[in-house]
Amino acid sequence: MSITQKDVEYVARLARLALDEDEVAVVAEQLSKILDHAARVTGLDTEGVPPTAHAIPLSNVVREDEVRPSLSQEQALVNAPLEEAGHFRVPRIIE
Amino acid sequence: MSDALWQRTAADLAKLISNGDVSAVEVTSSVIERMQEVEPSVRSFVTQTPEAALATAKWVDDGTAGPIAGVPLALKDIICTKGIRSTASSKMLENYVPPYSATVAARLEEAGLPMVGKTNLDEFAMGSSTENSAFFATHNPWDLERVPGGSSGGSAASVASGQAIWSLGTDTGGSIRQPAALCGVVGLKPTYGLVSRYGLIAFASSLDQAGPITRDVRDAALLLKAIAGHDPHDATSLPDPVPDYVGVLEEGIDGLRIGVVKEISGEGLQPGVKQRFEEAVGLLRKLGAQVGEVSLPTFEFGIDIYYLIAPAEASANLARYDGVRYGLRVDGPDVAAMNAATRSAGFGPEVRRRIMLGTYALSAGYYDAYYGKAQKARTLVIRDFERAYRDFDLLVSPGSPTTAFKFGEKTEDPLTMYLSDICNVPTSLAGAAAISVPCGLSPDDGLPVGLQFMAKPLDESTMLRAAYAFEQELGFADKPPMWTSH
Amino acid sequence: MDITLKTEDLFTTIGLEIHVELNTVSKMFCGCAVGFGGEPNTRVCPVCLGHPGTLPVPNGKAIEFATKISMALGCEIAPRSIFHRKNYFYPDMPKNYQISQYDIPIGSGGFLDVDLDGVVHRVGITRVHLEEDTGKSLHIGGGGRIHDAEYSLEDFNRAGTPLVEIVTEPDITSAEVARAFAQELRLILEFLGVSDVQMQEGSLRIDANISVAREGERGTKAEVKNMNSMRSVLRALLYEEQRQREVLQGDGVLEQSTRHWDEKAGVTQPLRTKEFAFDYRYFPEPDLVPIEPSVEWLRQLTEEIPEVPAERRKRLVAEMNLTAYDAGVVSSSRAIADFYDAAVGAARSSTPKQVANWMSNQLAGLLSEAKQSLAEAKISPRSFAALVDAVSGGDLSRVHGNEVLIEMLATGHESDAIIKDKGFGETTDRGAVESVVDDVLSANPDVVARLKSGDSKPMGFLVGLIMKATRGQANPITVREILDLRLKD
Ligand SMILES: [Mg+2]
Ligand SMILES: [Zn+2]
Repeated sequence: MSITQKDVEYVARLARLALDEDEVAVVAEQLSKILDHAARVTGLDTEGVPPTAHAIPLSNVVREDEVRPSLSQEQALVNAPLEEAGHFRVPRIIE
Repeated sequence: MSDALWQRTAADLAKLISNGDVSAVEVTSSVIERMQEVEPSVRSFVTQTPEAALATAKWVDDGTAGPIAGVPLALKDIICTKGIRSTASSKMLENYVPPYSATVAARLEEAGLPMVGKTNLDEFAMGSSTENSAFFATHNPWDLERVPGGSSGGSAASVASGQAIWSLGTDTGGSIRQPAALCGVVGLKPTYGLVSRYGLIAFASSLDQAGPITRDVRDAALLLKAIAGHDPHDATSLPDPVPDYVGVLEEGIDGLRIGVVKEISGEGLQPGVKQRFEEAVGLLRKLGAQVGEVSLPTFEFGIDIYYLIAPAEASANLARYDGVRYGLRVDGPDVAAMNAATRSAGFGPEVRRRIMLGTYALSAGYYDAYYGKAQKARTLVIRDFERAYRDFDLLVSPGSPTTAFKFGEKTEDPLTMYLSDICNVPTSLAGAAAISVPCGLSPDDGLPVGLQFMAKPLDESTMLRAAYAFEQELGFADKPPMWTSH
Repeated sequence: MDITLKTEDLFTTIGLEIHVELNTVSKMFCGCAVGFGGEPNTRVCPVCLGHPGTLPVPNGKAIEFATKISMALGCEIAPRSIFHRKNYFYPDMPKNYQISQYDIPIGSGGFLDVDLDGVVHRVGITRVHLEEDTGKSLHIGGGGRIHDAEYSLEDFNRAGTPLVEIVTEPDITSAEVARAFAQELRLILEFLGVSDVQMQEGSLRIDANISVAREGERGTKAEVKNMNSMRSVLRALLYEEQRQREVLQGDGVLEQSTRHWDEKAGVTQPLRTKEFAFDYRYFPEPDLVPIEPSVEWLRQLTEEIPEVPAERRKRLVAEMNLTAYDAGVVSSSRAIADFYDAAVGAARSSTPKQVANWMSNQLAGLLSEAKQSLAEAKISPRSFAALVDAVSGGDLSRVHGNEVLIEMLATGHESDAIIKDKGFGETTDRGAVESVVDDVLSANPDVVARLKSGDSKPMGFLVGLIMKATRGQANPITVREILDLRLKD
């Protein structure tokens, strides 16, 4: 299983990571190697085996519909890299 | 000359403090002085908080205190502490000050444990040597040229070097047990759901668990008792009552059925580790345990399953670091560009690699082959354990296949580094409990070797009791060379 | 192409995707209050801001509401459903993934029957699932439009509000049916009391997939967004249907697109197409555990579910003898239905049909004139019932009744008090009628004689005269009573 540079570029875009060209090549090689090893699991017989998302036998964990104190606007924004008029400011959004 | 206060165990100190023989301030001061002395060479801490620790100690001395009050603690810097920066050893969160505390941090603060600092780790807990910290590497107190293991390397090194009496680490695939083994201390990974995850900066949510790193098994039992138990802020927190872990310690090992995991007790182990491990198994037999070999065929696939599941969860958990609400921002002409610039500058190579790996494993067309397959294989791992526990009460393996390795030795090839968690990952996948306790020094390099006990989910009591009996019988008293320098 | 494509050869296929903000008091996964408006970033906490280390804990009420919606739409309730993470970056989404549901939603496989001009259209409900809302972006510069903006501001007050997504099968064949479906669904949600269903405020958001194609062929669908009222659902879909027809009839090729309804211009416009397809990388949310509703809990919820509007209308027609129109009027909102039920309960002598009549004629008319909703009106069901009683019992004429109702709405006073004040009450009103009766009788002695001799034929004539003399204000029953008394003498 080899991961192409094109795969890496696609995944980097999904993950919002900017990789330079050298890095793309290195990552492609490293991911291929890791996935080659990991792909050994494809050899396991999992016919009819249910997936495990949790190793714990819990269900129906909910909270009461009750209002708890929120942060103040100041507290909410204290870590903001850039704020304006009580908001978090971000560069223009291109959809 | 009797031991300095910083050299004592938490249980001893707690007794001394509650008897009024020493004050919490004296104990804390002793630890802070020790920090001043050895931290420049060990480098366990991302942030030191001596003033806050002394304030807590004073509060303990002034008022009514709980049973473990006043015993200084270090927290892995992936545990959020309100008002104290919590970095996950990442540039991304270098200046992040949480507006809230993790449940475990809050519980220990209420219990009156002075927190002396936040310990170094592999960035976002991704690594096995603490070399992936964005800030600096932590040194193994046994040999400063070597790594302390990881990701909780700072926690293990701080406890091993006397800079904290005990510490909390987190373990996703061995991050408590492997550094404990490499630093000659005790490291316990609790059953998934026993300890709240609220406030642990998430790496892989279905695997992450906080647990104690201590000087001995009794301290591990004490600290586990203090952090365990249901938390309404964590929907995966188990409702079960917390047993008295300390009370069962003396019950011994006699009659317990202990299985030696065949798949990781032979090949692939450093010879010195293999030797100490075999001696340890002999000791268990001598203590009256019924020891037998057990095969868990999926054990050797643990790392593979883990490296499909954990990065996938991480890729989503780390998506929130986007430069919008907190943490680093590197500007760009539009939001997407700003996100990408921020994330590329804020995350180190290993974190970026795992995000890529996880994103790939989840992406269209690959889910079934990778993530979906790994989740099914995870079921097989759990079944293997269940089968083994029909015949055995506990399983054992080395805590790590090797002793502490040299800086840079495994950084070239990510896969080699990943394989250093080979003993620890299967229990994480099964959500079960495990502990690593020192079982001597390896004859080939004089470095500590760990013995790992694995237990059924929520059977920490049996595991602690066996580990305690082993520890008492072995009487491992070696300390790193720097121990006596005070 | 040599054959001209006629309009009647083209068929429209519409499927709807509806997002409903639930009216729980707290958010889906944290304790922040749910609300609309307010100062930015004041209903936020570490959890809904997606701070490192925080964890979601689901709101039990939201799960209950989603289950009730599923039940009301005839869905199968999953014995075990789970949450998934839907991954994509957007600055108003704090974690850059949305906690949603994927392959096992809470409800699936339901339907809703929509009556349009007497024809019933059955629309399949594919799924009903629970998720969390995003925050809101405010675009600064460039006239506030996203594409021309210089930068944006993020407010996370809405982030984490519980949201139910309802997806229909592509069973809808026209814009009219789409609107009727949306209206009926809104009514159901309102009856269930699970949402404010305010389209303007965004607590009910409707998107549509629409395609036009020749019979048996698959069309190219357009996703239409930004329809902010029931009227715009109709207008936007009519427009888009026509647009697609024209493209096809002009031998053009349709492209799959997302289109924005521009209410002012009355057109749908293509949004910039995505550079590359979405790849949401859904996977099970490891921070949450499955929802496994017990049989008992489901039974209890079934009991709590109120009669849905369609059932109610049917029952009112069948059991209360209402016309279909009146049944619709007195079921047209939860508030109106509650008012009607309370008024029927309070009425002493009037029938449900009479109460409905007064609601759908007089009351509805007056309210719409005043551009008032029933909730805003200062009128109680009890007072309204007393008024209808007075009219149907013959103590008050229809015309006077209407006058009293106007006064009730204007002042908020009780009907009894107004009747008394205006002198419409039993004694005076009756007295006035008596004197008219006496006048008419003395002016027509021959008719009186015939009646007294046992010939009842001229009775109608006499009543007519009296009604005419009172300009229709007398109650015919009262008139008849007074006549009977006088003629006995
Ligand atoms: Mg949705
Ligand atoms: Zn919140």
